[in-house]
This record gives sequence, C-alpha cells and structure tokens, in this order.
Amino acid sequence: MAAGTPGVASGAADGTGRTTPGPGSVVVRAVVGGWRGLVWYLEGMMGADAYKKYVAHHRAVHPGVEPLGERQFWREKMDAEDANPQGRCC
Amino acid sequence: MSSQNKPAQELPPAAVDPAIAEAEERRWTPAKIALWVAIALLGGVAWGVLAISRGETINAIWFVFAAVCTYLVAYRFYSKFIERKIARPDDTRATPAEYNSNGKDFMPTDRRVLFGHHFAAIAGAGPLVGPVLAAQMGYLPGTIWIIVGVVLAGAVQDYLVMHFSMRRGGRSLGQMAREELGLIGGTAALIATLAIMIIIVAILALVVVNALGESAWGVYSVALTIPIALFMGVYLRFIRPGKVMEVSIIGFVLLMFAIISGRWVAESAWGSELFHLDRTVIAWGIIVYGFVAAVLPVWLLLAPRDYLSTFMKIGVIALLAVAIVVIRPDISVPAISEFASRDDGPVVSGSLFPFLFVTIACGALSGFHALISSGTTPKMVEKERQTRFLGYGGMLMESFVAIMALVAAISIDRGIYFAMNSSAAATGGTVEGAVAFVNSLGLAGVNLTPEMLTGLASDVGEESVVSRTGGAPTLAVGIAVIMGQWFGGPGMMAFWYHFAIMFEALFILTAVDAGTRVARFMLQDTIGNFIPKFKDTSWRPGAWLCTAVMVAGWGYILILGVTDPLGGINTFFPLFGIANQLLAAIALAVVMAIVAKKGNFKYLWIVVLPLAFATVVTVTASLYKIFSPVPAVGYWAQNAAFREALANGETSFGTARSVEAMEAVVRNTTVQGTLSIVFVTLALIVIVTAVLATIRSWRGKGGSDNEDPRVESKFYAPSGLISSPAEKELDAQWRALPAELQPQRGGH
Repeated sequence: MAAGTPGVASGAADGTGRTTPGPGSVVVRAVVGGWRGLVWYLEGMMGADAYKKYVAHHRAVHPGVEPLGERQFWREKMDAEDANPQGRCC
Repeated sequence: MSSQNKPAQELPPAAVDPAIAEAEERRWTPAKIALWVAIALLGGVAWGVLAISRGETINAIWFVFAAVCTYLVAYRFYSKFIERKIARPDDTRATPAEYNSNGKDFMPTDRRVLFGHHFAAIAGAGPLVGPVLAAQMGYLPGTIWIIVGVVLAGAVQDYLVMHFSMRRGGRSLGQMAREELGLIGGTAALIATLAIMIIIVAILALVVVNALGESAWGVYSVALTIPIALFMGVYLRFIRPGKVMEVSIIGFVLLMFAIISGRWVAESAWGSELFHLDRTVIAWGIIVYGFVAAVLPVWLLLAPRDYLSTFMKIGVIALLAVAIVVIRPDISVPAISEFASRDDGPVVSGSLFPFLFVTIACGALSGFHALISSGTTPKMVEKERQTRFLGYGGMLMESFVAIMALVAAISIDRGIYFAMNSSAAATGGTVEGAVAFVNSLGLAGVNLTPEMLTGLASDVGEESVVSRTGGAPTLAVGIAVIMGQWFGGPGMMAFWYHFAIMFEALFILTAVDAGTRVARFMLQDTIGNFIPKFKDTSWRPGAWLCTAVMVAGWGYILILGVTDPLGGINTFFPLFGIANQLLAAIALAVVMAIVAKKGNFKYLWIVVLPLAFATVVTVTASLYKIFSPVPAVGYWAQNAAFREALANGETSFGTARSVEAMEAVVRNTTVQGTLSIVFVTLALIVIVTAVLATIRSWRGKGGSDNEDPRVESKFYAPSGLISSPAEKELDAQWRALPAELQPQRGGH
C-alpha cells in the first residue's frame, strides 16, 4: 500500500501515498515539504514511527488478520526490549 | 511483500548492474576531477597550517577543514576500496531486514534515517571526554590520531563488523567470535566483553560524579531528569501511547526548565544546602540509581531517557558544529606541548606513545561500537551496499564530534585547563593551590591568576572550577565560552555550562542503565549454564541478584575512583581506554578470521593494519601499567612504593597524607593492576585464537563459511546519501511501479 520513501529533499510525499494538496506558491510548498521531511526524519530516527511501520508490514504480510492496537503494540515492544536489552555506547 | 500479486508486470532489477556501476565510478568528468582536487587541496592546506603553524594563535576553522576534507577523501576512495576488495556487497542478495522482516526489530529502514539512528547509538560521552584529556599533549597529536585513526582503524572496524554481522542475520559480536574462533576464543571474548562493560560503566559514572561534585545546580538539574523521565514513561504508557515526538518535546521543555531553575535553587539557602553534595554521596546515589533503573521496566525510565538523550545529542552536536564555524575561536595551545614527551603529565600520566592512543579511544577507534554495529543496526539495513555509508560514514561523524570536543577544550585558556584537570591531590582543591601548582609547571605562555579561576567559576555558576577532572566540566566550559560568544554573551555562560553538563550526564546515565542491563543478561546466561533457573530472565530473584552483582562490580571501582588519594580520573582513565581498545582488537581479530576464511589474503592487510596497531598500543600500554618502574605510570610500581613506605612506618607519602590514604593507594593499585593483567590476557587469548584460525584458513582448512544462505532481494534502494545517475534511474523505475507492486519497505 505504501508508496516510495518520502524524499527529505523533495518532501512531497507524506508517507501515506498522498501528495501535498498544492498550496498556491512554490515557497509554501517547499516549506511544507521541508517540514514534513524533517518530521519524517526525526520520527524515523527516534523510532516514533514503529507502529506505523508495523501496521504497514502486517497488512502486507498477513492480510485479513487484524494487527495489534497501538497501545498493545507499544506494550509488547517495551516488553521485548526488557527481555533483550541493547547497550548504549560510551 | 508483493509476491501475492500476479507478476503481470516484470519487476525492475534489485541492483544496479555491477558493470554500469563500475563504469560510473571510473568515469572522471572534468567537474568531478576539479571538485576532488579542490577538496584535497583544501585539506592539504589545512593540515599544513595545523602542522607548521608556530605563531601565537591558530584559527579553529583549520581543524574543521582538515577533518572534513580528510573524511570526504577517505570515504570516497578508501572506504570504496574496502568495499570492492573486502566487503564485496551484492544488492541482489536480500538483507536480514528483508528476508526476516517481522515489522519489529527486523525492518528495512531508510538509509538516511538509519544513519541517524546508528549514529545516535554509537556516539555518547566517550568522544567528548578523551580528546579533552589528551589536549594536555598539545593539539596536534590528538588531531592526527582522531582523524587518521578513524580513517584507517575505527571506521574500518565499524564498517566490516556491521557488514559481516548483516551477512549473518544480525548476529552479535560474541556469537560471531564463538563461531569463528571456537570455544576458547569465543569464551574469552565473552568474558572480556563483560569485564570491559563493567569498567566502562564505572569510569563513565566517575566522569559524572566529578562533574556534579559540590555543584548544587548540576545535582539538582540532573536529579530532576529522573522525575521528568518517569513522567514521560507514564505518559507514553497510559495517556498517549506511541506519541514519541510529542512527549520528547514536552520532556525537552521540562529539561530546559530544570537547567534554568537550577540557578534559582543553587542560589537559595535551602537549595544549596540540599543539593550541595560531596562526591562520595553522589557516587552512592548513582550506584543506587543504577540498580533501581536496571530492574525497573524499560518503558518507565530507560526508554524515555533514551528519547531525551537522542533529542539532546543531535541538537547539541549540530549547534556546536555551527557555533564553531560561526565563531571560529582562536587557539593558543601549542601544537605539541611539553607533556607529549614526558610521562608526568598532571591530567593523564604516561608518554605520548602509547598513552595518547588509549586516552582517545572513542572518536578514533572504539571497540564498543562493534557491539552496536553487530546486532541492532544490521537488522535494519535495506541493501548490502548501504553498510559503507552507515558503518564507515557513521564512524566518521563520531570522529568529527571528537574533533569538535578537542577544539572546544583547547579554546579555553591553558592555565585554566590545567587548573581544572589536575587532580585535587596536586592542587589541594583550592584556588591558591591551583595557581601555585599550574604556574610551577613552567608552561610557556601560561600565567594563571586567582582572579581568572574565581571569575570563571562565577561566570559558570559554580563555587569552584579547580580540579574538576574528568573532561566533562572542561568541555562544558569550552562550549559555554563558544556559545556565549555566539549569543547570550557572558550572562548566558552559566546556562550553557549546565546545559553541556546535563547533556553529558544524560548520555552517561543512560549508558549506565543499559550497560548494567546487558551485563546482567550476560551474567544470567553464564550462570544459567550451571544453574538452569538463571536462564529465565523474567525470574525476578535471579534478575535482581545478577543486577546487584554487576552494580557491585562497577560501583566498587567507582567508589575507589572517587576516593582515590592520587586523583581518580588520571589513574583510572587509562583502564577505560585500554579496555575499549582491547575490545576493538577483539572485534578486528574476529573480522580478520572471517576475511581469511573467505580466502581473501591479498587484502587482509586492510584489517591486519588496524588490528596490529590496536594490539601493539594496548599491549604496550598494559605492559607499562603492569611493569613500568615509574610509580606514576606503573600500577604495581606505585603499589610497591606505598607498601614500602607503610612498612617503614611512614604516615604520609607523596600526595597521600595519612596511613589510611596510603592503604587506599595500595588497594586501588592492586585492583587496577589486576584488571590490567586480566584485560590483556583475555585479549591476547582472543587474538591468538584468531591468528590460529587465520593460519588454518591459509592452509585451506578454514572450514565452511558461517554466512546465512543467499536469498534473492525483491526491492531496490540507493546505497548512500548522493545517488549516481544509474542509481537514480533504477530508483525511478521502482517508484514508477503501480502501488500494488511497490515493495513493503522502511521509511514510514
């Protein structure tokens, strides 16, 4: 269901396949695109998009099976981290 | 994946044709040649200025040019060479993220996002501390080692460990060591990793204690991060699950409030009463914190702290880079100082070789990265060719952080630098003592006055800046001076100082928590071989017991460091660097065995070169620490000197002014000396088994490859930050596919 990776530079796609509903000026579009690109980048880096990615994956691989709810997903994710800790660097 | 769709339309290839890619790389247009000539020239000029300049001052911008130009050339040419000759990635092969994709830890992730993710995981307080301490030898030795070391050693290690782990389904360094080196080598690697983790956590905690000692403002601000993190954890768990960015922004605002309100608290009578703590009390606080944090569930404390620390990390590093370029501070530290050739430097003892190379570990070559580069990141890589950008490129970024830390540290007055970094044993902890001590060192151009120290202390909102060892406070002063010049002026210096302290303390406390957890699991796994019940990591008594053992391990070393009559950081920091470099040697030894097993002996030197260097440096440093007859350098020599003094009935010896302190020195040097022996023995076992495995491979008896079987890849993604025309064209073909044929992959 997903379109290609939203480009940070072009920033036209927001990750759901929709494109920016063209606001009048090129500048506004560039600012909106840049902002979306930034949000997309930071969310990815912090792992804030984990649920979105999980749902997309789940829909593609197990169609017809209902994915976990958001609350439940994060609980299981945190429990998994409890059971499998990762070091941080010095 | 899109396999359930009928292949009505042929999918484009999963990789750029290697012949086309090769031709593209080898095609040199005049513009491309001009660009690389310009980069090389600028880098060459910058190195020339750094090396030959003997004027009064040198501008910090030359450090930036020398570093960035060298990184670019190394990335474009040397890492490409390593890719072609050793890694030999194949984009038609699916990565673990593709063939094991589970929507959780195995998940193809956009390379640019993963770069940030990986960088945030590898860069911590290490590259900020080592270069500061090494600045006592002048700016040139540290600069050369950070830049040349990363190109030939650190980035090579990170890249190849990541690449080979990716080829093995994301296996950890310990598992790879066990597979490649057998039972003995693998076990030694495991024990070494555990021991090294403990010492690293202990020394990092010591850095925090030294930064917060007798600082009401610092203690208050850092302590407040605990309730802030708890609040964030509860918010994410119960109120708005998954709203990570939202809670991070709230947390960041609260953090700023914690720093700003610190001044009011420190200036109030009750605040300074309550939060003015001595170092031993803070050390005990961190020990209790470490235990509690490591047994609490991840969601409550560790995960929210991680979000805060990632947020701060990226922000501060970007801010510092811009500030250094904008302010371009003038630096008056000599290129090579008096202490480069002596072994009695007050900041860290020992001569340039080998001690420069262990004082600066992170930023040039950090073995700890091998633990992150194997395991976490390889499970998220989209395409094989991306490991060069992620592994090699990520480490170049960390090296740049180390260069910025060095610039910040040397931009402050040299007299102040020595007053801050000489141990209280030397300065007596007083302004007068520090002035007398520093001026007695006979350093060219240094003329310290009491007013300079008291003025700085009041500017940064501290009672005193004398003997604030450990690197963090010096860096914080450097950042405060640079940022204060940029905006806010001297009035803002206290804010920036505590901002920087907070930022380092955040990383370190997260590392303490996570390190204790990982160590506890390793211990449980080991004990589980004898008492199976311990394998069950959800069994609370076992978890608490093993956590307590690990906390006791690093806590003991921390308390020794805090109460060390000889200073603490200056005697313990070499152990940290040696441990970290030994881990690098272990990681490179495993990589060597893997490359040899592939029969690739012609280019084995790419791995042998950093391995040999790391081995020589760490073994030499360890031998100095064990056998040197100079008490300031050799742990056992110091031990013998104090024992003899005690036996002669003396009640004061050197900087130890009581029998109790003398006994403490005997005890501390015994611990330090024993750890040195343990580390070097374990590392040598691993290296010898790796050399034996390499010789077996040379004789054609290396055995079978441990790579996962090849799986065809079903999507494509470009390899780096800037795509070539062929990469762009193929990417466009994939993007032009109808939505139902689009591969499921990372990014959103």
